[in-house]
Amino acid sequence: MTVTSVRTGHGLRQALGWRNVLDTILVGYLPILIALFIIVVPLAWMIASSFKPASEIVTLTPAFLPQEPTLANYEAVADRVPLGRITINSIIVTFVGSAIKVVLAIASAYALVFVKIRFKNLIFIGILVALMVPPEAVLLPNYNLVSQLGGRNTLWGIILPGLGTAFGTFLLRQQFKTLPKELLEAAELDHAGHMKRLWQIVVPVSAPAIATVALVTIVNEWNNFMWPLIITDTPDSMTLPVGLNLLHSIESGTGVYGFYMAGAVLVIIPILIVFASLQRYIVAGLTQGAVK
Amino acid sequence: MATPKTLQKDVEEPRAAVPAKPDDRATASLDATRRRRQRRERLVFWGLIGPNAALIIAFIYVPLFSNVYYSTLDWSLGSSAARFVGFDNYTRLFTSSGGLEMWRVTLIFTVATVAGSMIIGLLLALALNRRLPGRTLFRTGVFAPYVLSGVGIGMVWNFIFDPQIGVLAYVIRGFGGTSPQWYLDKDLALVMVIIVYVWKNLGYCAVVYLAGLQSIPRDLIEAATIDRAGPVRRFFSVVLPLLSPTVFFLFITTILSSMQAFDLLNTMTPTGNGTNTIVFEIYLQTFGPYQRAGYGAAISVVLFVVLFAITALQMRFVERKVHYA
Repeated sequence: MTVTSVRTGHGLRQALGWRNVLDTILVGYLPILIALFIIVVPLAWMIASSFKPASEIVTLTPAFLPQEPTLANYEAVADRVPLGRITINSIIVTFVGSAIKVVLAIASAYALVFVKIRFKNLIFIGILVALMVPPEAVLLPNYNLVSQLGGRNTLWGIILPGLGTAFGTFLLRQQFKTLPKELLEAAELDHAGHMKRLWQIVVPVSAPAIATVALVTIVNEWNNFMWPLIITDTPDSMTLPVGLNLLHSIESGTGVYGFYMAGAVLVIIPILIVFASLQRYIVAGLTQGAVK
Repeated sequence: MATPKTLQKDVEEPRAAVPAKPDDRATASLDATRRRRQRRERLVFWGLIGPNAALIIAFIYVPLFSNVYYSTLDWSLGSSAARFVGFDNYTRLFTSSGGLEMWRVTLIFTVATVAGSMIIGLLLALALNRRLPGRTLFRTGVFAPYVLSGVGIGMVWNFIFDPQIGVLAYVIRGFGGTSPQWYLDKDLALVMVIIVYVWKNLGYCAVVYLAGLQSIPRDLIEAATIDRAGPVRRFFSVVLPLLSPTVFFLFITTILSSMQAFDLLNTMTPTGNGTNTIVFEIYLQTFGPYQRAGYGAAISVVLFVVLFAITALQMRFVERKVHYA
């Protein structure tokens, strides 16, 4: 539970002393390695198992690596659910949904910060309160509404109810408020209209914050489960998580874990890659509101 | 992308138009200009925020109220017969054995997952707070499960917990034991989903703690070290008090997300055997096998009230720190 860093306050000689090295390994690396092991093993197990033939899955003495690697599990998943179709559905829902949300968030946040109008704080409070409404509390009425509009088993039916964005608006508003006033006043004196100020000044200088909002939205849309689960019941209109949930409920028994793992790889790996390459922005967005 | 500097529709009114003749005319013209400008600003404002506001009203505010209406009905989804029952659904929520069971499960699940991820997360953050080579990589690895699909994660852990061929059963056999029936025993099913949920959310806590720890000035800790305070003493007298806003923030956010857990629970225990937390129960009652949409709506109204109260509490306490307005 030492808090001081190895390099603080002491000379280099002491930093390299055996006690300190031992301390670093025991208190520093060991718990982290254990934690990492616990985090990574299940995911590695998933990937390895997805390439195992059924005989290596249904065994009392499992081995980590597949002895005879096979793609049979992936083929089996594709046989049972329209894999290509649901993957495309997921990609469309994720990108169309996120793109619209980001544009709406940018426009709303700009209006709340830079357009001079009375009562705009009241509208901001309205958005803050919307942020506090759990999606589960509006599930049933939204289901009724979208069903009546003919949105069951359609991609727009999956996308539409989630489009209003309180989170993105809130986050970008906080960011826009930190921009120096002079920047926009200068543009105003140059007779730049709101559209020009928005797209040529505010958006470019806020690119990192916008990227953060975009990435967090993409992650959430890709993983979104409850609403697509409710609004779709034909396999062709499902997204990946819902399609895999279907796979999960139509097949049971110990022999099917190979399919499950192949399915899990398909829904987990894309976002894992996105996260690994852009983790700084995603972490910033998801931990927003914590102490700075 | 260079825009041609041509027609600028919203150029400011030229000042020169004003001062030709008497004062009252000048002010009248100024007023007109100001009014025009105000109208234009209003138009711009609603043009920018309108679509978002309309969506929020249509899919959050309106349904929030219609849900209250649904909660007074005895009704199943898709049927045309709905009977008004007043507060019966709410009474059932707090008196029936199913309702009480839901509260019990929600309480256990929330307390266990919040405590689990906050305590283990803190220990991990303290380990990660040293300037170790490779720290960023560790942080990424620990945070990763938090961004992954609950359905996918649930399927992976289903396999690991399988009492016959799962890895966990294999390890337990290695120690000479037999794997418990995780899926059949109600209490064990709850323990199982708690373990996996903590596993998934641990990294979130660790990373937020880490941000808090790094904002603590190093000289304070060094001063305590010079005063011969040991690591434990330093932690409780210096670090923890300074970390308290972070702890509070995590406390609120993890309660909110634990109470809303669904993907993982639905995947690991599809029928909710012993794991019917409040959100899972909303789904099962409304869209699942029970077909009691009115009762489901009542549960979701109560959920909203509870979560709203918790968030309002947070806003009240951190208001001065976060600057919302």
